[in-house]
Amino acid sequence: MSKILDDIRYADSHEWVRLEGDIATVGITDYAQHALGDIVYVDMPEVGDEVTKGEDFGAVESVKAASDLLSPVSGEVVEINEALEDEPGLVNQDAFGNWIMKVKVNDPSEIDTLLDAAAYAKICEE
Amino acid sequence: MEEKLVKTCLHDRHVKLGALMSPFGGFDMPIQYKGITEEHNAVRHDVGVFDVSHMGEVRIKGPEAYKYVSHIFVNDVTGAPDGQIFYGMMCYENGGTVDDLLVYKVNDEEYFLVINAANIDKDVDWIKRNAEGFNCEVIDESPKYGEVAIQGPKAEETVEKVLGLSVKDIPFYNFQTFDIDGEEIIVSRTGYTGEDGFEVYGPHAYIQNVWDKLMEAGVQPCGLGCRDTLRFEVGLPLYGDELSDTITPIEASLSMFVKLDKPEFIGKEALAKQKAEGVKRRIVGIELEGTAVPRHGYPVEADGKQIGEVTTGYKSISTGKSVAMAMVDKPYDKLGTPVEIRIRKKTFPGKVVKKRFYEKNYKK
Repeated sequence: MSKILDDIRYADSHEWVRLEGDIATVGITDYAQHALGDIVYVDMPEVGDEVTKGEDFGAVESVKAASDLLSPVSGEVVEINEALEDEPGLVNQDAFGNWIMKVKVNDPSEIDTLLDAAAYAKICEE
Repeated sequence: MEEKLVKTCLHDRHVKLGALMSPFGGFDMPIQYKGITEEHNAVRHDVGVFDVSHMGEVRIKGPEAYKYVSHIFVNDVTGAPDGQIFYGMMCYENGGTVDDLLVYKVNDEEYFLVINAANIDKDVDWIKRNAEGFNCEVIDESPKYGEVAIQGPKAEETVEKVLGLSVKDIPFYNFQTFDIDGEEIIVSRTGYTGEDGFEVYGPHAYIQNVWDKLMEAGVQPCGLGCRDTLRFEVGLPLYGDELSDTITPIEASLSMFVKLDKPEFIGKEALAKQKAEGVKRRIVGIELEGTAVPRHGYPVEADGKQIGEVTTGYKSISTGKSVAMAMVDKPYDKLGTPVEIRIRKKTFPGKVVKKRFYEKNYKK
């Protein structure tokens, strides 16, 4: 059974978001890391890149396949998790602890359009 | 549209083991059980077992079996002792590849061909069509046989101890048949992993029994996921990636299996011409500097233009390096040539290397 945290928001494309002020921390969910299997590479954006809700900002690669990452928010990338460059497998170990990027969001209220834990859990059950 | 998938005789066992199942070549096959990395490492360092019952088997039998096999096969089986196995291809007149296959020589009047699952219908049709005028029978025995591949440095010990078959004296690329309860079992020292190992062919009930014994002995079940990473690391081609009806064996850098000194075989003229004039493109290895992962279909670039395409790519489990096999235009095929692979929005630098990314560990 995949882990789902209650205090964060989700996109139906299996990214999670934690908003603190106008900074959104973004990663992939435990469900996603489990479905992907051993992650061997995380293709991250660069600091300063503009990301747009619903559009790709990178990819996670398992042994077998590449999956696009879709940004759940719009704004400017202010930080990436450099630890994943050397150790992408950290995402498998703890998907919620090992975020991928931090975004200064254009509109903090945008997060309300995302799924809460209960709604996301339903998607994972389907 | 839902394709009707064929189930192998071990299908229910895979499902019970919780394997991730996926369509492959018209069959519903296990991709992984525990995880590709773990299964891959089991084969490299210990032993693993694959269900390869999806492979096709065709028997060619009759007074002109040798003559006919020589006619459709690019490798040369002439003068081989009974029990020897040859790898090679069947080609079209234009040199394109019908399939790559193993040919088991039972004797001069009987050969056993092992072909790719996805190509069974096409190959059987091709083999039957071309057999007209030859005094031999072509029998598709694919539905009759189950097959498992036991691979890894401990394969010999496992087959001897767990299955009770005496196989230690079977040389590399040779086979033996065993009579077990009146059924003929074929065991060959072959595989698709770059490690020592055996492939066992038999009736469904026997293969199910073999599988159960191996599971009971704690042998790691391995899916098609690591079958691909293993074969890729040692530079073995996969039909559909490195070979196809539009890719000749010469272009696939497999000309060592094409015996142009044979009197005749289908495709000889086209392949001889290609060999003499030189190919315009061929399969090479590429090693990238970083750890971005090249995949099938990604563009290969040099001098500001696309010069080829990745046919298979991985972050190699055994070496940790990002490597690919790719079809590139001449003259970019020379060892050491700097090239770039386009991965999504960026390009990553690398160079042309030998397509053997990991040394084979055969017991010869």
